Amino acid sequence: MSTPKEPLGPTPAEDPLEPVEPQSAADVEVAGEQSRASVAELDGFGRRYLRDVMSSSSLLTLLAIVLAVLLGGVLIIATDPAVQEATGYFFARPSTFFAAAWDAASQAYLALFQGAIYDGQAATFTRAIRPITETLTIATPLILAGLSVGLAFRAGLFNIGGQGQVILGAVLATWIGFGLDLPPVVHLVLALVGGAVGGAFWAAIAGVLKARTGAHEVIVTIMLNNIAAYLVLWVVTTKLFAGGSSGTSKPVGENSRLPALLPEPFRLHLGFILALVLAAAVWWLMERSTLGFKLRAVGSNARAARTAGISVGAMTVLAMAIAGGLAGLAGASQVLGTEGYLTASVAGTIGFDAITVALLGRSKPLGTVLAGLLFGALAAGGRLMQTRTGTPLDLVLVLQSFIVLFIAAPPLVRTIWRLPKPGVRREKPSPTSTTPVTAGADA
Amino acid sequence: MSATATVIETPAPTRAVVPAEVRRTGYLLIGIAALAALLAVLTPSGDSKIRISTSSDAIQIPIFAVPGKVTAIVLALVVVGLAAYGVLLTRRGTKVPVWVVATAGALAFVALLLLLSAGKDQVVPITGLLAGTLLLGTPLVFGALSGVVCERVGIVNIAIEGQLLAGAFAAAIVASMAGNAYVGLIAAPVAGVAVGALLAFFSIRYQVNQIIVGVVLNVLVVGITSFLFSTVLKENPDLNARVGLPVLPIPLLSEIPVVGPVLFRQNLLVYLMFAIVVALQILIFRSRWGLRLRSVGEHPKAADTVGIDVNRTRWRNTLLGGAIAGLGGAFFTVASGLAFGKDMTAGNGFIALAAMILGRWSPKGAVVAALMFGLSKQLGQYIQQLQAPIPPQFLLMLPYIVTILAVAGFAGRVRAPAAEGVPYVK
Repeated sequence: MSTPKEPLGPTPAEDPLEPVEPQSAADVEVAGEQSRASVAELDGFGRRYLRDVMSSSSLLTLLAIVLAVLLGGVLIIATDPAVQEATGYFFARPSTFFAAAWDAASQAYLALFQGAIYDGQAATFTRAIRPITETLTIATPLILAGLSVGLAFRAGLFNIGGQGQVILGAVLATWIGFGLDLPPVVHLVLALVGGAVGGAFWAAIAGVLKARTGAHEVIVTIMLNNIAAYLVLWVVTTKLFAGGSSGTSKPVGENSRLPALLPEPFRLHLGFILALVLAAAVWWLMERSTLGFKLRAVGSNARAARTAGISVGAMTVLAMAIAGGLAGLAGASQVLGTEGYLTASVAGTIGFDAITVALLGRSKPLGTVLAGLLFGALAAGGRLMQTRTGTPLDLVLVLQSFIVLFIAAPPLVRTIWRLPKPGVRREKPSPTSTTPVTAGADA
Repeated sequence: MSATATVIETPAPTRAVVPAEVRRTGYLLIGIAALAALLAVLTPSGDSKIRISTSSDAIQIPIFAVPGKVTAIVLALVVVGLAAYGVLLTRRGTKVPVWVVATAGALAFVALLLLLSAGKDQVVPITGLLAGTLLLGTPLVFGALSGVVCERVGIVNIAIEGQLLAGAFAAAIVASMAGNAYVGLIAAPVAGVAVGALLAFFSIRYQVNQIIVGVVLNVLVVGITSFLFSTVLKENPDLNARVGLPVLPIPLLSEIPVVGPVLFRQNLLVYLMFAIVVALQILIFRSRWGLRLRSVGEHPKAADTVGIDVNRTRWRNTLLGGAIAGLGGAFFTVASGLAFGKDMTAGNGFIALAAMILGRWSPKGAVVAALMFGLSKQLGQYIQQLQAPIPPQFLLMLPYIVTILAVAGFAGRVRAPAAEGVPYVK
């Protein structure tokens, strides 16, 4: 889809390897008047530093989250019965309205925090620290699947098929888990590899079709998601898989379970460590290895990559397969770690949440881990929020989507918070390019 | 059109050229023919009982039986004939018309039906199945048409799912408040426009990747509607009542056997769908608006040069697309006589997206593809009653497998509007 006149060669769009030096008016001023007193120089430096911080992406991420939380708060307040009652006599006693509004929003968010990090209201210490371990448990598949989406994204592919790959990984891991009887470590490793292979196979279908026929991976992966959803519905009813209660498979063997990291009441398992290790591995793959360079080259400019002798088709298939393997591991970790058996809803919404996780993490491994933790915390906290304050869990979806929308549009966040524009970081060469676009969009 | 597009952009040898594409259609047809033949061979020799009339028809045609095996063989022969015709066209390098593939596929489906019902006591209600197909296909048609309008103007609309859901939500609530289902039909497109406006806002004004915006908007709509469902609607059940659109039989036309009950004994939403399909098919390819729409989607710089305001055109038509999908969302609530339920569109928007691509970005093709999905859904439901030897899950998978084959096979890669997904910056 790239325009034909694009310059050949890697574009700096994604990989900010070159040092960023904002050349704002303040900089010029500082450079030109060096003879001034040191106080002024320091002041200039301070301003420049402040400007750097204020146009940095981590600040934007933080502000995007704050905006999303504020909008979510508006939603809570608008639907709270006590607030609605107080609205009736808003002009008579506005303070009651504001107190009710503050109560509704703050209680919900407090419960969200307690359910995600530390529950001070819990009776025992174990139950008080259980939330943070739940956050990590829920984050595990999100990180793995998020790495999958992010990796594919950097190779120029939109992997919407996380859902199907998670399912296939889970199915294969379950099958190896209960079907074989092997010594402890071997069995677990084999089941994990099986999960990765299942996901990789499913994703590679889309990769091969894209490379060979040009079928758009978005459509193919969406279709593969649906096929996998029906497949797992059927699999759990087959004689081979069906376990004691209907809708669940036989439990996987003890030797194939991911060992728990903490004693009994906690669910946190080795899968979390695995996810962190894989995040590091993906970082190494993408940033330090030749293969990763090729993948990124194809992702940032397929035409240039082809000119440089990289096989675009092979990279497409490989990227999808590796991505699918990661998503398959997410499914395997659900079965072998958290659940212990297969159900038709094993994937939940992991595959779709992973897309938002990867977007929030800007497709980088560290970012994906942090985003996975944030979304894990939201999901874990959302449950307590629902039981304690009656605010529906769906608020979490709203928060997630607002966060990603704001992160995807930095100029919008800057406008809302009245932040300065970054200096030369703009991708388009013409400095006036933003004005006509804004004017044209007013229609 | 496709020919010129390939000529302009053939930078690499791996890019498909037209003959290869056409050849793939031939392969697809041969595949369908082989499938039909296989089905005919497998069909047991008992009779299939077929019912054509519905109980309310003026002219009643009695239930009759056809010999399953013989009929299936005849159908298979017709499919083989169609395939041969298609291959002949392929040899000449001509594009195979959509109807050939569609008919061949539909006949193969009928052969499957015979395979499943031959020698069984259950009656095959042909009219009922077709009416169900149209009904299940309705939201897909609306969604696919929305996709056609948006993508033709250069905006990828992954948010169809969200627009359908927003439309369903708004239709249910407004119809319940007004106590009149028709008012819901006005509210639904408004909700769709709201989602379309967000899509346009982020993708045109802030040039965010359109697929990302679409995916996120879907989540946002699910989140907001589910949140409101669990709070406001739970406390005020009156706001989410079951208000159904009445069926409006068209006099005389609705009495034609088979066609009448299927096409002309429907509610207003289905009639609106007919009108929109015809209007779009004509307007996109024969009107000034359509020409501008397509030029902005194919070559925005050229469009800009002749004085078309690219981004304004995109804004307007993204909103229009949102309105169409939103209206389709009304199907789930007021047109089905159901109350709103969490995430009730259940992936229909994504199937509509596939239908649009299968239909090669034209309203006509999108409708055919959407109805194919409707048909296979209907058959999936029907087969569950028949207790056939095939697990119903596999039949329900069928449309998705067909889509993958079709996207890889006959839709190929040339078709998408050239400037799709590319923000326009002067």
